[in-house]
Amino acid sequence: MDRRKSIKTLIIGGISTSVIAEACKSGENKPVPASEQTKDLTGTGINRMPEEKAYESKLLSEKAFFTPEEIASITILGDIIIPRDEVSGSASDAKVPEFIEFIVKDMPEHQTPLRGGLRWLDMQCLNRYEKSFKDCTPQQQMEMVDRIAWPKKAKPDMAQGVAFFSLVRNLVATGFYTTEMGGKDVGYIGNAPNQWNGVPADVLKKHNMAYTEKELKECVSFS
Amino acid sequence: MGDLQIKKQPKKYDAVIVGSGAGGGMAAYVLANAGLKVCLLEAGPMFDPKTDSNQLKNPWESPRRGASTKFRPFGDFDGCYWGWTIDDEPYTQTGAPGTTSWEWWRARMLGGRTNHWGRISLRFGPKDFKRKSIDGLGDDWPIGYEDVKPYYDKIDKMLGVFGTNEGLENDPDGFFLPPPKPRLHELFIKKAGNSIGIPVIPSRLSILTKQVNSERGQCFYCAQCGRSCKVYGDFSASSCLVIPALKTGNIDLVTNAMAREVLTDRDGLATGVSYVNKVDMQEYQVFGRTVILGASACESARLLLNSKSPRHPNGLANNSNVVGKYLHDSTGADMGGIIPELLDRKRYNEDGVGGMHVYTPWWLDNKKLDFPRGYHIEYGGGFDMPLYGFSWGIEDLNGNYQIMGKQKEAGGYGASLKKDYRTLFGAHVGMAGRGETVANINNYCEIDPTVVDRYGIPVLRFNTSHSEYEIKQAKHMKETFSEILHAMGAITTWGNDDNEKNNWGLHAPGNIIHEAGTVRMGNDPKHSPLNKYSQAHDCKNLFCVDGGPFVSQADKNITWTILALSMRTSEYIVEEMKKHNI
Repeated sequence: MDRRKSIKTLIIGGISTSVIAEACKSGENKPVPASEQTKDLTGTGINRMPEEKAYESKLLSEKAFFTPEEIASITILGDIIIPRDEVSGSASDAKVPEFIEFIVKDMPEHQTPLRGGLRWLDMQCLNRYEKSFKDCTPQQQMEMVDRIAWPKKAKPDMAQGVAFFSLVRNLVATGFYTTEMGGKDVGYIGNAPNQWNGVPADVLKKHNMAYTEKELKECVSFS
Repeated sequence: MGDLQIKKQPKKYDAVIVGSGAGGGMAAYVLANAGLKVCLLEAGPMFDPKTDSNQLKNPWESPRRGASTKFRPFGDFDGCYWGWTIDDEPYTQTGAPGTTSWEWWRARMLGGRTNHWGRISLRFGPKDFKRKSIDGLGDDWPIGYEDVKPYYDKIDKMLGVFGTNEGLENDPDGFFLPPPKPRLHELFIKKAGNSIGIPVIPSRLSILTKQVNSERGQCFYCAQCGRSCKVYGDFSASSCLVIPALKTGNIDLVTNAMAREVLTDRDGLATGVSYVNKVDMQEYQVFGRTVILGASACESARLLLNSKSPRHPNGLANNSNVVGKYLHDSTGADMGGIIPELLDRKRYNEDGVGGMHVYTPWWLDNKKLDFPRGYHIEYGGGFDMPLYGFSWGIEDLNGNYQIMGKQKEAGGYGASLKKDYRTLFGAHVGMAGRGETVANINNYCEIDPTVVDRYGIPVLRFNTSHSEYEIKQAKHMKETFSEILHAMGAITTWGNDDNEKNNWGLHAPGNIIHEAGTVRMGNDPKHSPLNKYSQAHDCKNLFCVDGGPFVSQADKNITWTILALSMRTSEYIVEEMKKHNI
């Protein structure tokens, strides 16, 4: 058993068992928690109040917002923004297009900028290459993206495209780095029971920092 | 609705308590443990952090990746039901010239907003009870630090708070558990603060770095107190007060009970509370020897103002005509940036406790400043769990500053962009000032004469504005934040474009979620609804134990003082009942 697992068992297992045992003793008339009053239709296992469950079930029962053509363009753009590299996979590997499909239902304020932006992009490509964005060659797609991916050097008549691409970049990055794959890529280590014993010694040294005697004496320590 | 009728509970309680948060929860705990029979009304559903917390969920387990909704404004995993809005329960604003809309946070659940609060647990100091004597503004409390100190001592020991005794005059010592060691960015903040004369000391949070009793676990450093804690390792009124108190068998808890009004008899004494059960939508009345309001400062004022009778034509406990007045919140302004030295830093788990490990208490003398009251500074930064909004706006970051000695083009895509996200992760730092507003009779909530909620209960209308005192304080905060960021070699990336036109970034009143002052205490019944025990001058068996009784709220988060005052009032109620005075 590795160290983290053993701590998890110790803390979550040990303590909550006694808390649960206590709670079970406390009487038959215990009110039912809100989370148990309505069946969770969303399957996330996240605690929801009944109003949230109703809202989310409605979102999930709605038909797709994006057309297959729109999702194809979002997928291409997503994989240009977050391609597979030596550290991690691509946006589509992490199912970012599915996340964007959900989030525009949850946050309708993104719907028009994305739908309109995709149409703007298609019209630019039609005029230049006589094809919509998704049907252009990879080289043409990159030429088009280069016109809108660099806010400071983009031409003024590309401003709408720059705004659209910035929104897509932000949604794709948020969708990617909040997956297991993306979290590992960026190096988030946490969300697990542990014992905070201060900044590691080599890191302190690297940054010329040290804990004072007062801190070492008064702060909680683990050996 | 054809068979709508009022159902009267035959059982007569010693106390009917409205609200199960810090104030109501503590009152229920003290009274039930003293053997009194309590009916506890809560407008929301049951919530037990042990079973209901979203602690340790991963970002991808939320389809919106932890983004906020109207149901959970602090994010999908947050431990508070509702917030700035509640469906079909509106509130309104007078919209008078010069006013700024009050932002009202309302929690609806067992334990109220204490399930997600910041756990910042600061005692008021001796000066905080006597501000008028110091600067001539507002009013002194009818009590002093020496009256509240024994209760702070008791709750420190009973509920647990970490921190350090620093011997500061107005930030009193307490009974502290050991604090966690500072994180890396907090060491940078401390070093910077020390270099420019700004104190940075261990924070004081009600989180258990050591176990305090067998029913509550010890903190395991997941940084998620905002979701509420499954092992009860931090203070929530649900886990630490109401749920333990239910085991006495002396409390009948009624959830989904929306209080309508306080009932009174011909002598003007409180007899109970009428409420609507939100599940069956029927009307109920429950009776008790005392009525204790802990519904939140504004909800308690609303209840009193809606409780009109021949003996209390201006609303209950409102002969003074100040119920709803002196409404005030903490001030707030923020700024942040990135620390170049922390770009591409080594990865490790630095979650720590759910909040800052260091903070800055107010350190200056207002006599030498152009505003009358102080503020403390809260800090953030480091390797936060990536959630919705992660690195949003990178196009304004990766081309505006040299990163690792190189000037890149803003925006972009591809492998180079992925490197930028990695480089920036964990390098940010943020700070927030939380200061004292001068309570003012012209800032108030009142009953809107024309609007009701879905239960037919008249709603609150707000009339609030900032004065020059708060605006000048916010300006000072911003100057201080700039100095600290500069001293630590940080690049300021947000919060530095404020000016007099936007009040220096001062948050709207209510936004900091420290509502207080609406049912204030005082020795003079002409100017205060409550006496120094939070007992109504006009109705001796009516009490208020939330933020309502506060004459002023210091530059300290108010929960620890709500708990201390509620305990003090509750012990007073037990004694007065023994003496048959109520």
